Amino acid sequence: MSGHSTFEPKNPALKWFESRLPLVGLIHSSFVAYPTPRNLNYWWTFGGILSLMLVCQIVSGVVLVMHYTPHVTLAFDSVEHIMRDVSWGWLIRYIHANGASMFFIAVYIHMFRGLYYGSYKAPREVLWILGCIIYLLMMATAFMGYVLPWGQMSFWGATVITNLFSAFPVVGPTIVEWLWGGFAVDNPTLNRFFSLHYLLPFMIAGVVVLHVWALHVVGQNNPTGVEPKSEKDTVPFTPYATIKDGFGMVCFLIFFAWFLFYIPNYLGHADNYIPANPLVTPAHIVPEWYYLPFYAMLRAVPDKLGGVLTMFGAIIVLFFVPWLDTSKVRSAAYRPLYKQFFWIWVAVCIGLGWLGSKPAEGGYVIAGRILTIYYFAHFLIILPLLGLFEKPKAIPASITEAVLGKNKGAAPASAGVSAPQTKG
Amino acid sequence: MSNTMSFRSSLLRPLAVASLVIGLAVPALAAEGAPKPSREDWSFAGPFGKFDRAQVQRGFQVFKEVCASCHSAHLLAFRNLAQPGGPEFSEAQVKAVAEGYQVQDGPNDAGDMFDRPGRLSDRWPSPFPNEQAARASNGGAFPPDFSTLAKARTYEVGFPGFLIDIVRQYQEQGPDYIHALLNGYKEPPEGFNLPEGAHYNAFFPGHAIKMPQPISDDQVTYTDGTPQTVDQYSRDVTAFMMWLAEPHLETRKRVGFQVMIFLIIFAGLLYFTKKKVWKSVEH
Repeated sequence: MSGHSTFEPKNPALKWFESRLPLVGLIHSSFVAYPTPRNLNYWWTFGGILSLMLVCQIVSGVVLVMHYTPHVTLAFDSVEHIMRDVSWGWLIRYIHANGASMFFIAVYIHMFRGLYYGSYKAPREVLWILGCIIYLLMMATAFMGYVLPWGQMSFWGATVITNLFSAFPVVGPTIVEWLWGGFAVDNPTLNRFFSLHYLLPFMIAGVVVLHVWALHVVGQNNPTGVEPKSEKDTVPFTPYATIKDGFGMVCFLIFFAWFLFYIPNYLGHADNYIPANPLVTPAHIVPEWYYLPFYAMLRAVPDKLGGVLTMFGAIIVLFFVPWLDTSKVRSAAYRPLYKQFFWIWVAVCIGLGWLGSKPAEGGYVIAGRILTIYYFAHFLIILPLLGLFEKPKAIPASITEAVLGKNKGAAPASAGVSAPQTKG
Repeated sequence: MSNTMSFRSSLLRPLAVASLVIGLAVPALAAEGAPKPSREDWSFAGPFGKFDRAQVQRGFQVFKEVCASCHSAHLLAFRNLAQPGGPEFSEAQVKAVAEGYQVQDGPNDAGDMFDRPGRLSDRWPSPFPNEQAARASNGGAFPPDFSTLAKARTYEVGFPGFLIDIVRQYQEQGPDYIHALLNGYKEPPEGFNLPEGAHYNAFFPGHAIKMPQPISDDQVTYTDGTPQTVDQYSRDVTAFMMWLAEPHLETRKRVGFQVMIFLIIFAGLLYFTKKKVWKSVEH
């Protein structure tokens, strides 16, 4: 797809540099000349939005570290020092805290888009798996970041989540002590979480580079799920995708700013404005909203180890989606049954999220069990069977045909001219 | 020169495992049957919310004369009382307040600690030297620090209210709760088993609160003719506590509006540019 760069520098200095390290050519072929399907909709702008959020989190995080103190007696007050005394500190801290939530909103939309349009199917399996790894790293990073302000929910969230590892037979207690750096969540825990919270985002950035590289090898999927077959099917990344991504990003920033400036504590917990106290347990220990579906699954299983395995399994199963989905058709637009099951699954995920915020009692647990079973059934039963029984709709011969067919009365279709070049 | 900070005893002992067990053993104080605090009309709510200067000043008076005898506010510096966006007392007024307190300083050249009158840069002196002293004087209860308290309290909004709050930009649950609590002291209902030394409060989780009703009508003398009722006192002190918890609230909302205007115009320009770029491409 990406091929060799067509970039020919005119400037002699640039020519000299380019023949020694073709850096500008790489950027040119990746973000200027890179052919992008002409029919991408706005759901495809979330890749760019996620890159923006990663940069936003790293930059705001680096500034926060200049003022933060990772010590159990000082951490809470140092965050408040940022909020009160550091110039624009409240803004930087609220950007970082709300930015994490925005990052997850964007990544969930990005993942749902991938699942809807079958972006994980051959030849994009590695691209998909790299994305799943980024998601796992994000979860770990966000969890450790939430511990740093050392409020009540920081402390008790850390206690509950690290204790999960004790469920593993034989090695469990050793793993937990190793995570804590002692026999309880305490200063060594805070220090190592701080260190790892600073490290992991750069690992995410590294995997993002691989993710984008893999994307540029196999090319973008598109709403039809049909590979580009001729130059007619694609447009150059710049200006077409850049301007569209830019518009998407600014719209997303408006959404971000709504929370950031007007309800900056809406997505957090009031309890985290109480300094951590190991002697007082909050009435309800609830993780951040982006973990809630998994938290519901954890509590749906009566056995502790079973719950932990179910929770991790819910993420691990995503890695195998390229092989669990047996359908040859990528896009849900041409899969009438999958389209319905997809939306049921989305509703199940939201339902699990709501249950995760409720106390684990009575009807909530029963509902949690049913939805957990459905979550796994979607991947392990429905996806493999749908491919065998579903009768897909007629698939257009090319992207151009799909686009021109949609806008009737436009220029005559010329899709027949193009010969298939790539096989999906 | 180091100002003496109130001793914040390190609460964090390496006994969390044990305390986890204890914590689970103590029944969670579920707010069963507790009525939801009513939503009050706060001047600082909404996209253009601002503190009512006179109200926050009255709230400070209530805090200083009543609350501060038990509750600390260790993140509050005297200088904060004069900064923009808060009570905005004059510097002379705040200096006078600060000088009314003796603050421990030192060590001096002889190595001794000494007391001196407070300065603008000092933090609000805590009423007790440590948590144990506070508990000993308050029947075993620890009066929480006021610094972030207005953001540390909430109540469950439920569905669909929690979604509507995003659109309405409502996050004043903390102030609502504090206002309700201060007005929530009542006779315990028939059959309610009130523990020794506790008081019945309709809005406190579990209803048995160690803090006796902290304020009564006409306890604090207002000079501006504002009614001297518990309800008015509670509104005023809550507004002060909200400022104390979020001293840059006014700047945040003002800058937020500017950012919004910029982003919306920018998005509009990008939209039309995008339309023009894509004009000749069916998609």
